[in-house]
Amino acid sequence: MTKRENYSLNFGPQHPAAHGVLRLVLELDGEVVERADPHIGLLHRGTEKLIENKTYIQALPYFDRLDYVSPMCQEHAYSLAIEKLLDIDVPPRGQFIRVMFSEVTRILNHILNLTTFALDVGAMTPFLWLFEEREVMMEFYERVSGSRLHSAYFRPGGVHRDLPDGLVEDIASFCDRFPKKIDDLEKLLETNRIFRQRSVDIGKINKEEALNKGFSGPCLRASGVEWDLRRNQPYDCYSELDFKIPIGTNGDCFERFLVRVEEMRQSIVIIKQCLKKLPVGPSISDDPRIVPPKRNQMKSSMESLINHFKLFTEGFHVPNGETYTCVEAPKGEFGVYLISDGTNKPYRCKIRAPGFAFLQSTEFLSKGHMLSDLVAIIGSLDIVFGEIDR
Amino acid sequence: MKNLDEKYIKEIYQLIKSLLTFCKYELTINKGEINLNCSVKDLTRILLFLKDNPSLGMECLIDITAVDFPEKNARFMVVYSLLSISKNFRLKVKVNVSEDSALPSINEIYSCAGWCEREIWDLFGIRFKDHPDLRRLLTDYDFQGHPLRKDFPLTGFTQVKYDNELSRIVTEPVKLDQEYRNFDNLSPWEGMGSYLPGDEKSDHKND
Repeated sequence: MTKRENYSLNFGPQHPAAHGVLRLVLELDGEVVERADPHIGLLHRGTEKLIENKTYIQALPYFDRLDYVSPMCQEHAYSLAIEKLLDIDVPPRGQFIRVMFSEVTRILNHILNLTTFALDVGAMTPFLWLFEEREVMMEFYERVSGSRLHSAYFRPGGVHRDLPDGLVEDIASFCDRFPKKIDDLEKLLETNRIFRQRSVDIGKINKEEALNKGFSGPCLRASGVEWDLRRNQPYDCYSELDFKIPIGTNGDCFERFLVRVEEMRQSIVIIKQCLKKLPVGPSISDDPRIVPPKRNQMKSSMESLINHFKLFTEGFHVPNGETYTCVEAPKGEFGVYLISDGTNKPYRCKIRAPGFAFLQSTEFLSKGHMLSDLVAIIGSLDIVFGEIDR
Repeated sequence: MKNLDEKYIKEIYQLIKSLLTFCKYELTINKGEINLNCSVKDLTRILLFLKDNPSLGMECLIDITAVDFPEKNARFMVVYSLLSISKNFRLKVKVNVSEDSALPSINEIYSCAGWCEREIWDLFGIRFKDHPDLRRLLTDYDFQGHPLRKDFPLTGFTQVKYDNELSRIVTEPVKLDQEYRNFDNLSPWEGMGSYLPGDEKSDHKND
């Protein structure tokens, strides 16, 4: 008999199924994965170091660039952390707008993940169908913030500007139309034989392992843990809203898919409630120490002009303290550990990305599976390198 | 968190105080978050206890991070953020460690600690004893130094580029076309105190 040796394969860093710049060093026995060693850091930009050298408000746009498919949720975590340290409140309208746009972000993120996951395992149609809708939602982004992706819309104290005229109606009509698209996606894939063969019982993880591996978000819920920060540790106005939390039982790729599909439906429910309950009033706090004055005030009042200049050069000072604040980002728990030393710059800002824990468990999930299943596993974990490499 | 009411946090605080009695530590509540300061030698025991005690049940390690305080003796503060899903509370366990000592790896207790520790080794240069695979994680393969230390410059020391003549990537010292501009916008003006010159006759105590 000839001696058989394992085969080493270098997967990536440039590979369409790696969802970014992931280099995986694989050891294969035939086609079965024996060892998977992810090499990350190819997109490391030193965000945390940069934030230490910027004022609080200058650091905010860096959060858009972490997980670049769900920018607003990350701004949310950072804004909440600063608000906690400064001890300021967000007016109700600001809270509702934030929650509404967090949910728009969730749908944006899930569309990208679900359709590219389907694409990875061979289904091209959902991608073509739903990216059209994604574009519509990015238009909502553009209308409130001026940019489709890197919005910098959530600010400490509220949101940068109030909603423009007509947006509420457009989001409402989108909410009426969109559930049909979710049904189409589900119908196309849920009973599809190929899709099921590629995802059912692939990359299974049970409750205990998922917790031990630091899972959060849809991946944890697919394993049967009912844990959602929006419900369990609610922030902003989530406690006033009514929504369901889908959970799975098996924790395989297919259930992670189903949980996300249902989450999109729930997001629509939340957005509808937000639209209905949207209070009138200011959308950002009126504290002049943190929030810049309005443009037309600056034209007539010298003090406002000085205030604006000081806020955008020196920035505001945050009192000594530290906080770990987290939100339920589309991928899982996104946290910001912020330490301030009383100056205008953060002393330390650690970013806790949900994808970091997911990618770490790739070896655990893919061991014993085929190489082609590895692609399905990576797709179902929802990995984006902006947040993992920071 | 803001919403977890203070009474519940106090209850948990008392609970930890009553259960955790086998070593010295300091437990504080700060902005509704519970912090536990302990020494390096007790760290593993405390984490194991927090995880395995059914009435605390901290089954999830959210994150490990470090903070650099160059002026202190024990230069680094390493923070372990834990989450209890069954009891719905968070806890931060903090240890102080100097540059030349090492921390015990908790990879055996929480398996997601592996990469967090690698990241801290990479960015801060804190060593972890008995870590199975303590390689650099985020920086480049042959990177030198630990970038998140406060004495590491923002622009770094080296830059890389592709050299056409050598047809390979070369590393060279950082050369900035324009000096990095770090504006010091901190105002020395701290506003007026309550002291009014010439107002000595008033009843107000001057500060």
